[in-house]
Amino acid sequence: MGKNDMATQHSRFAGRLMVAPSVILLFIWMIVPLVATIWFSFRNYNLLNPTLTGWAGFNNYYYFLTDPNFLTAIWHTLAVVVGVLLITVIGGILLALMLDRPMWGQGVVRILVIAPFFVMPTVSGLVWKNLLMNPVNGMFAHIARNLGLRPYDFLNQAPLLSIIVIVAWAWLPFATLIFLTSLQSLDGEQQEAAEMDGAGALSRFIYLTLPHLTRAITVVILIQTIFLLSVFAEIAVTTNGGPGTASTTLTYLVYVQALLNYDVGGGTAGGMIAVILANIVAFFAMRMIGKNLNA
Amino acid sequence: MARKVTASTKAGNTAVAWSIGLVISFPVLWTILMSFHSEGDAIRPPLAMLTSPWTFDSYGEVQTRSNYSLHFFNSVVISVGSTVLALIIAIPAAWAMAFVSGRRTKDLLMWMLSTKMMPAVGVLIPMYLGFKALGLLDTLTGLVMLMTLANLPLVVWMLYTYFKEIPGEILEASRMDGASLQSEIIHILTPMALPGIASTLLLNVILAWNEAFWTLQLTSSKAAPLTQFIASYSSPEGLFYAKLSAASTMAIAPILILGWFSQKQLVRGLTFGAVK
Repeated sequence: MGKNDMATQHSRFAGRLMVAPSVILLFIWMIVPLVATIWFSFRNYNLLNPTLTGWAGFNNYYYFLTDPNFLTAIWHTLAVVVGVLLITVIGGILLALMLDRPMWGQGVVRILVIAPFFVMPTVSGLVWKNLLMNPVNGMFAHIARNLGLRPYDFLNQAPLLSIIVIVAWAWLPFATLIFLTSLQSLDGEQQEAAEMDGAGALSRFIYLTLPHLTRAITVVILIQTIFLLSVFAEIAVTTNGGPGTASTTLTYLVYVQALLNYDVGGGTAGGMIAVILANIVAFFAMRMIGKNLNA
Repeated sequence: MARKVTASTKAGNTAVAWSIGLVISFPVLWTILMSFHSEGDAIRPPLAMLTSPWTFDSYGEVQTRSNYSLHFFNSVVISVGSTVLALIIAIPAAWAMAFVSGRRTKDLLMWMLSTKMMPAVGVLIPMYLGFKALGLLDTLTGLVMLMTLANLPLVVWMLYTYFKEIPGEILEASRMDGASLQSEIIHILTPMALPGIASTLLLNVILAWNEAFWTLQLTSSKAAPLTQFIASYSSPEGLFYAKLSAASTMAIAPILILGWFSQKQLVRGLTFGAVK
């Protein structure tokens, strides 16, 4: 017994030593910039006006929160998150149900469906903007003209919706793959029994499939929300947040404030608001993941 | 499911699925097709473009006009370099947490994950100012370091879920047989852990290759990876559709191929084991 205890203690110590580098690095990586962000957010710090220094109290927060662009940016952020979630969850379930049925060439269809996930955001943004949505040379414009319609300038007339479509296209495969994984663990016999009892396809979906998918749906919503709050590249290469501020999200607004307007104090205050919003979502995500973790 | 399926049902499913699959992947397929035509043909109506002569010119032009291979090289260095560094740091940690887990292991894992949930924009400004002060803006060193840390939580997590599946009994048995820790690692654990490490490597290279927040903010030219290079096409001069398509095709092709191998890991890695 005594020898065993010593071995355990020894390995415990070794274990701590092995974990230490990761913990220390992550601590520095998160805590140092975060503390700096909090610090700057209470300081007067504008690179264009170096004479203005010192403590700003809550001024940066006050200016950021009362900036009319802030509220619209929050709405745009919510619209992107909710819009993309709606499209990807509903579309993803339909696609997963489709892929789960017997067919020829299933492997190829699967690759076709998941391909968008592997396209880097700047490529998907520019391909949609130019090759598809451009009002003169884009595919949609060509189609519209063939149908005798006037081409629609998507990114100018419906910038936010266009961005939602582009981002949803990129995330649809992720949702589909997760739903498909979940569907494949569905009890086939139960389905068959229900079918024998005369349950129609729709009621089988509502009473058997959908409850089974609940967990996967929650996971998709939580994880996508975390990524969607930080959508940046698709906006940067298509609309630049415009026209005006019509497609400026919170992430984009912070970038504009800090790196284009050189207002470090205001930008960091905006960054802190983004952190708080993300943390609310992360709180639920962590509980969900934690429940499934048997460490 | 052992249900009988008639050939006509299967044919119907196949037709629907293929059509939808082609619609979803259309932007990718169209980009690839367009990259093989001349600039003049690229802006013609779709059918006229498809029937115009095929050419590799755009690929050549992208390289001669903008040193494409430099940006490709940068993408490789950043994605592979940061993933390998993260693996070196994470393997011991994930291992210790999987095999000598203590009371705090779960808290530690959850804390690591929480760092991944921090929005990058929240720490953008200190990072930018710090990079500027240290002369790391637009350097591969800076970006590899940053991406290593950005990847680390996911890498630890993925490795942990894979290591956790290695049965502990095997280790005990080998210990009974008098195997030393070193031989235990070399002969027993490494072969069992390799598939998990490979999967983690694959998924993280893909994610790092496509990362487009930090790469856009912290690079401009000499350390710019493909994400940033492609972004330069957002302010075009003259005709550029075919060149944009060629540059895009080369940027996504390696990842589409790697991605094909990583479908399973994608679900596992990105849901942190919450959906299996």
